[in-house]
Amino acid sequence: MSFISESSQTRVPCYRVLEDDGDLISDCDFQQVSKEVAVKMYSNMVTLQIMDNIFYEAQRQGRISFYLTSAGEEAISIASAAALSEQDIILPQYREPGVLLWRGFTLQEFADQCFGNKADYGKGRQMPIHYGSKKHNFFTISSPIATQLPQAAGIAYSLKMDNKKACVVSYIGDGGTSEGDFHAGLNFAAVMEAPVIFFCRNNGWAISTNVSEQFRSDGIVVKGRAYGIRSIRVDGNDALAVYSAVSAAREMAINEQRPILIEALTYRVGHHSTSDDSTKYRQLDEIVYWKKARDPVNRFRNWVQNIGWWSEQQETQLRNSVRKQLLEAIQVAEKTEKPPLSEFFTDVYDHPPSNLEEQEKHLRETITRHPKDYPSDISV
Amino acid sequence: QLLTPFQYLLSGIYLTRYILYSRHELLLFEALQEGLEEEMERDLRVCVMGEDVGHYGGSYKVTKGLAKKFGDLRVLDTPIAENSFTGMGIGAAMTGLRPVVEGMNMGFLLLAFNQISNNCGMLHYTSGGQFTIPIVIRGPGGVGRQLGAEHSQRLESYFQSIPGIQMVACSTPYNAKGLMKAAIRSENPVILFEHVLLYNLKERIPDEDYICNLEEAEMVRPGEHVTILTYSRMRYHVMQAAKTLVNKGYDPEVIDIRSLKPFDLYTIGNSVKKTHRVLIVEECMRTGGIGASLIAAITKNFNDYLDAPIMCLSSQDVPTPYAGTLEEVTVVQPAQIVTAVEQLCQ
Repeated sequence: MSFISESSQTRVPCYRVLEDDGDLISDCDFQQVSKEVAVKMYSNMVTLQIMDNIFYEAQRQGRISFYLTSAGEEAISIASAAALSEQDIILPQYREPGVLLWRGFTLQEFADQCFGNKADYGKGRQMPIHYGSKKHNFFTISSPIATQLPQAAGIAYSLKMDNKKACVVSYIGDGGTSEGDFHAGLNFAAVMEAPVIFFCRNNGWAISTNVSEQFRSDGIVVKGRAYGIRSIRVDGNDALAVYSAVSAAREMAINEQRPILIEALTYRVGHHSTSDDSTKYRQLDEIVYWKKARDPVNRFRNWVQNIGWWSEQQETQLRNSVRKQLLEAIQVAEKTEKPPLSEFFTDVYDHPPSNLEEQEKHLRETITRHPKDYPSDISV
Repeated sequence: QLLTPFQYLLSGIYLTRYILYSRHELLLFEALQEGLEEEMERDLRVCVMGEDVGHYGGSYKVTKGLAKKFGDLRVLDTPIAENSFTGMGIGAAMTGLRPVVEGMNMGFLLLAFNQISNNCGMLHYTSGGQFTIPIVIRGPGGVGRQLGAEHSQRLESYFQSIPGIQMVACSTPYNAKGLMKAAIRSENPVILFEHVLLYNLKERIPDEDYICNLEEAEMVRPGEHVTILTYSRMRYHVMQAAKTLVNKGYDPEVIDIRSLKPFDLYTIGNSVKKTHRVLIVEECMRTGGIGASLIAAITKNFNDYLDAPIMCLSSQDVPTPYAGTLEEVTVVQPAQIVTAVEQLCQ
């Protein structure tokens, strides 16, 4: 009689392609990227970084009510998106706007959603950063954690039925893996042989809960085997490693019709959101270390520059240009009207039922009768 | 000449009547199955998912034979995780499929509340109309025969507040098939409540294709003295009480409200305007049930037409006991309904 030990002697190794300083690890096998793709990846990572900074500041200035950054995780969202095709369907958690950025969502579109104005595709119904865009195959973000995982199994099921050469990519954080939906989503996908990539961003923190308080396993990658799912642990701050892993995972998912689990190790440099001050529960020098010494953007820049595909001049130009565009986008978004009252009752159902029509009529009457008690900029 | 002109005419009439009015007899669960099968034939996007719905045919046999006919993928057996297969159904619906999700017992769908409320009911709205969720969630609920508290839930009470969903309750083979088909064809998420004790009801239903309107109530027995509003199994207790009431000289109007969200206030209102007295008979608990909401809706809209306060007979605010004697007491019985009408009509 022997018990399987609760943990193995060694931790599951982590796949990386670049050293911390951006030098290619010798004899490493990875998916080559063209100059075009590499430059696009790098530019998007910079854009994401600047976008996060500026929107965060906008929230601090009271211009938007809420924001959350993906600081420190730029490589994850951009590089994973780069390895996918437009037909692959994305089910985000909430810290992956980089995927949407890669697919062509404009800075204006981001700003419009954050300001909840009438140009927002969500018609001002969701809180900031809860983007959704059908044309980009990026499903609308829903706040409850991990609900997207079983949905991913459902979408993969739909792709299977239609025999499409595409997969689903669903993102989750380390904390989200504790939810029941994580267990069931992975289990379902395995049983159904569904083409889903479960991408776990293990960034060490779930608001104030450190991973040591979240689970006792060796991270998330070991859980894959429990469901019969092929898995890999990858350095989430290494853009080339993430790109290679997702490329390979995608092929396997589609050609072999199976789910894949990717655990990307990274660090949440920013606070959980604008409603959080992480210095309250973690050491400042820990944050500073990851921000300076382990920044994925710097690391990738070193590689792109060393190859000769990027220059300091381009860097300055890009940063200035993005910053300018963002500030303009915010100004425009701020001035754009909010959605009119007529959009308040639509899309609850396909056609408003009589009780909603009645409620709308009543609301209009109330606002007309007491205009001073209601916002003046709401178009009745 | 084989037949005289007159005989041709007669046989023509009989043939037409046969075609127009031809019916077949079946049980309620078979009617649900028939509706589901017809919709699956009609629209390739319709699929079924749930526990034991495949080769087992479903715990109440509603999906019997479907896996054999349509395959294991289109009639999918899922692992035991209600929140997950409901979530899966929502995901599939957002990509264009039309899933019919079965909860083995409605009570288990409490585990799916997160997906039903936060996603199913909301994503059409929060996505700005980009994603639709034409899903049907169905299953047996209500108080059965000694199934214990956890298998005797009335989930319509809990779900009625969720914006974005529709709720209907079937009660006869005819409306079971009609509502199943209508629910599948609807672009909105619909929850179809079946009752554990009604699956073996027998009726002759039309051969031709028909659907029932999701938002319409059903006039079971027109009358003049009092409006009795009910749904699902309680319809039968009401009709039993109605027999006694008629013998005692009362003329009750019985309406099976069928649509639990939204209420068919048109049919209900017309009835209230006629009789001026309302009795609600439900299986929900007294607190926060369909009856409670119905009282509020009728009072708000038709208060001027009421000659007496609305009466509502519900189950007590108690978990359903297992012991048969106690269980019987928890459900509204015909004798109570008779007494209530007599009181109301004083």
